Amino acid sequence: MNGTNITPSRGERWLDALAPAPAGAESGPVRARDADLDGEAARLIAVVPDPRNRFARATDNVVGLEQGWLLARAVRAVLDADRAADVKRPIVAIVDVKSQAYGRREELLGIHLACAAAVDAYASARLAGHPVIALIVGPAMSGAYLAHGYQANRIVALDAPGTAVHAMGKEAAARVTRRSVESLDSLGDTVLPMSYKMSAYAKLGLLHELIQGVDADAPSAGDIERVRASLGAAVKDARGGPPDLSSRLTSADAKRTRAASVEVRRRMRAQWDS
Amino acid sequence: MTTQESFLARHSFIEMTARERAHALLDAGTYRELLGPFDKLESPWLAMQSIVCQSDDGAVIARGSLGGEPAVIAAIEPAFQGGSIGEVSGAKIAAALELALGEIEAGHPIRPVILFETGGVRLQEANLGLAAIAEIQAAIVALRRHVPVVGVIGGMVGCFGGMSLAAALCTGLVMTRQARLGMNGPEVIEQEAGVAELDASDRRLIWSMIGGEERVAVGLADTLVEDDTAQVRDAVLAAFGRGVPAQHRSEDVDGFIERLARVNPDDIDPDTLRTLWTGAGGQNR
Amino acid sequence: MENMRYEYPAKRPVTRRAHVGVVGSGDLEVLLTPSPTANAEVVIRTSVDGYEHVWKSVLDRFFLRYDGAAKFELNDFGATPGVVMLRLSEAVEVSDASDASDSGDTR
Repeated sequence: MNGTNITPSRGERWLDALAPAPAGAESGPVRARDADLDGEAARLIAVVPDPRNRFARATDNVVGLEQGWLLARAVRAVLDADRAADVKRPIVAIVDVKSQAYGRREELLGIHLACAAAVDAYASARLAGHPVIALIVGPAMSGAYLAHGYQANRIVALDAPGTAVHAMGKEAAARVTRRSVESLDSLGDTVLPMSYKMSAYAKLGLLHELIQGVDADAPSAGDIERVRASLGAAVKDARGGPPDLSSRLTSADAKRTRAASVEVRRRMRAQWDS
Repeated sequence: MTTQESFLARHSFIEMTARERAHALLDAGTYRELLGPFDKLESPWLAMQSIVCQSDDGAVIARGSLGGEPAVIAAIEPAFQGGSIGEVSGAKIAAALELALGEIEAGHPIRPVILFETGGVRLQEANLGLAAIAEIQAAIVALRRHVPVVGVIGGMVGCFGGMSLAAALCTGLVMTRQARLGMNGPEVIEQEAGVAELDASDRRLIWSMIGGEERVAVGLADTLVEDDTAQVRDAVLAAFGRGVPAQHRSEDVDGFIERLARVNPDDIDPDTLRTLWTGAGGQNR
Repeated sequence: MENMRYEYPAKRPVTRRAHVGVVGSGDLEVLLTPSPTANAEVVIRTSVDGYEHVWKSVLDRFFLRYDGAAKFELNDFGATPGVVMLRLSEAVEVSDASDASDSGDTR
């Protein structure tokens, strides 16, 4: 619970839905809780709004300086705890991040490194054998998504209003490309990687599952169980494959829409030895 | 050498194309390009947006030797679409790093170098550029356990966006004074947060914050060089010479949380940061 | 964006390929390969529309001097005729170079 009168963010809602609130008080923009997934303990990590953040440009559901380093700390805590364990517990990144933080202090103080630290931690956990799952419940944008979610073994997303994956917010992208927002929308219908729709993102072959028919803002008990089951299935699937990101190029969708990515790898391998 | 002789003997790194830079860094006579212009692996997405493709999609991948050791260089061409990462250019860089990991796993040494000159994701390919950058980052983390991954940020485009995270994952980062390293470009900050937050036209301020000299001074990059190819090459070789560290900069979580705690957000500027963070997280050579 | 194609007579075969330039603002890249036919061929992709007559006159001038059976592929981002001429000449210089160098076929 967030302790204020503001509507909980998607990230907070889904963290509450999937993991019981801890006994003590939680604070700060990064929340980590234990949850049961298919009978085993998993660590769920979410980025939530932090109105009292020391950095005024990082009070929303964004990845700023503190968020980046705290994400890294949270993930590494799991890595350290399971270092000697035979079975590494799943780590679920609950993704609801509208952007990285935009600010002069952020740039001066190395937000790029703070975000890289999160990338590093998640990638290291994956390489160590933890099944890392990203659950997209809201925006998954740009550098924030790179830091929190995109290093996952498997990505699961809710197909609901308010969830989107993209490299730049629509208004900003419209400005940069000198188009109207409407024109950008229709461009996304022809140029698949530019679309803001989750259904289009799903066609890129990067998702393990697109969950439809779930109320992302007020999930029913049934909705929550469906998502929990999807996470469990994603964990199982991740454990059945290598700890790298190669699965992102193997689906039928990927072979079609990321054909060039597959072709580059095939032809570079062929040319690699002279 | 007199000052004049050394000035004339300098070969600008910045003025060279990506291809020329890769050539210049590899040992003479060893350059062999992979998926070059004649292979014509171009962007599948630009023509439908009436944008002319570059035959190598703005990324040059070359194998060769570096200091006598096998090496692979990925060099981003800044002149094409601001060095932005599209599906193909991103895949070329990721593939080179993935194949380098394969070499290491097969017991063959290889030195990976990335020449960052990029604004980040190519907006016209948005989600595929972003996905490729995630794959590049994954490859760097996997590779740098075995061998240093060395990054160079040379020129006037600098290194921004998702690729700034990739640069921060590198074992060693070489920067010129002219180079900048930041997550969001100054124009984007001004756009999103207003000109009072950051005046993107204030070049002096920008460079004082995120230019090569400041980044090295506060430990966010390792080596500052002049715009001279020989110096860049020496710095890259030195980075390989130092080997894989016990802890990479991006793994020093406690260290940087502590450093961040020293900062008063209401009273921080580039000079103050140098005092607070001297020697933080870098070799400062 | 426009695509154009031109053919010019050639008198000699070309064996060595060449690549010069970048598709940057005000510039172009030129890929030169041996022509599959006995003629020289020029294929242009340009970001600037409406200059077909200018391209023709630049190429007419270029092919007054150049007689190789080469295929030229130009990816242009708004280069002036002067820059186009320069890049074509650079490509030909690499292709016609008699000494072998380690850089092979690119500049």
